Amino acid sequence: MTDTPPADRAAGSPPDGRTLEPWEVFRQEKEGDPMRHGGSVMAPDAELAVHYARELYARRQESVRLWIVRRADIHDLDDVDLLQPPLDRSFKKPGGYVMRDKLAAARAKSGQAKPKARPG
Amino acid sequence: MTDPLALDPVLSPAERSRLPFNEEHRSHDERYELFEQHVLAGGKVEAGDWMPDEYRTQVLRFVEMHANSELMGVLPEREWIMKAPTLRRKLALTAKVQDEVGHSQLLYRVAEDLGKPRDRMIEDLLAGRTKFHNVFHYPTHTWADIGVIAWLVDAAAIVAQQALRDSSYAPYARTMRKICWEESVHIMHGRDVVVTMVTGTSQQRDMIQEALDRWWGPLMQMHGPRSDRSKDRDIQWRIKAKTSEELRQEFLGIYVPRIWELGLTLPDPMLGLDPTTGDWRYTEPDWQELRTVVTNNGPKSQERLAFRQLNWDETRWVRDSILAAPRAAA
Repeated sequence: MTDTPPADRAAGSPPDGRTLEPWEVFRQEKEGDPMRHGGSVMAPDAELAVHYARELYARRQESVRLWIVRRADIHDLDDVDLLQPPLDRSFKKPGGYVMRDKLAAARAKSGQAKPKARPG
Repeated sequence: MTDPLALDPVLSPAERSRLPFNEEHRSHDERYELFEQHVLAGGKVEAGDWMPDEYRTQVLRFVEMHANSELMGVLPEREWIMKAPTLRRKLALTAKVQDEVGHSQLLYRVAEDLGKPRDRMIEDLLAGRTKFHNVFHYPTHTWADIGVIAWLVDAAAIVAQQALRDSSYAPYARTMRKICWEESVHIMHGRDVVVTMVTGTSQQRDMIQEALDRWWGPLMQMHGPRSDRSKDRDIQWRIKAKTSEELRQEFLGIYVPRIWELGLTLPDPMLGLDPTTGDWRYTEPDWQELRTVVTNNGPKSQERLAFRQLNWDETRWVRDSILAAPRAAA
């Protein structure tokens, strides 16, 4: 029981030939949308990866743009110390500024009424 | 990106780990237990995460069988592309065949990341070491079979596939979301073929009824025999969410009324909704037939595998040239 994937994940290839490797496919559904991860394809080079991606992720006109990226070229960052540190970051968020009571105090001090809610 | 406050680990080792089973310093048993806790609590697993061999093998077997079924499932329909009654039907059927092959490509890709090369999966399928769904081992007799397959076989499949969108293995769950979206078009195409024929001549209507009679047995067997929830490893690992019987009940609940609505009958005198339990009653499906068929002893098993073998051999040069070293420009 090793619980690790076999080292040779790629399909077999002739001795001096090329190897298949995974390429990640990102797709944009319509202009202005963010690029979203769609899936991946196996290909020996970018040219074929583009063909496969087009065939599998844009066959039904469901994409206006594809990005095809070699999986090995992706830098993965999931360090919780960097991404989710347990420090107070509330000053970086709008919700970190609660001033209802202070506003009430300011109105009381200046004798002004609370402005009406804007129409609409 | 650099946060000066966070360069040294600020969290305790336990707090640092989003997925503690990925940590290599832990013992195997400890990782196994943490992995199981994560999955049971609804957690997701990505291809690069550590996972027990048992989980990897279960997911692989499940996805591989699914991929095989998509690949073999196009063969009965492929036979009708040249015989489709109109150009629009021909285009729709061709697109469906293309979609299903596409699904097999997506699913083999998910399986490859679990460690089994695609060539070996195809070879195992051709050698009968792995299986494909029972419904794809049967012949098609008329154009009506194509309507019934596209409507009801795909419907039975989509009931199962929708439940897989919540699979604990995230790459599979994401792929199922894409596949379900495409399958919903197939169901509409199939239902349209069926509805068109039942509103046509009496001969067309009879053809649909005959096809339905032929396919009902295999459809009732498709999700498999009842299983004990507590003993089903695929359920425990949350690889799948529903048991065979839950899927069959869901299928019957949605589609039997839609079949009856067309004035068609189903060849099972027992079939009906039990008002006290809310479950569908039905004659016990022929499980011996299911076992015979999925072990490649069905009426069309050998012929379809032989066709796949021929196809595999004839396209070898394409795979070889894709992998060949590029020749220097002349």
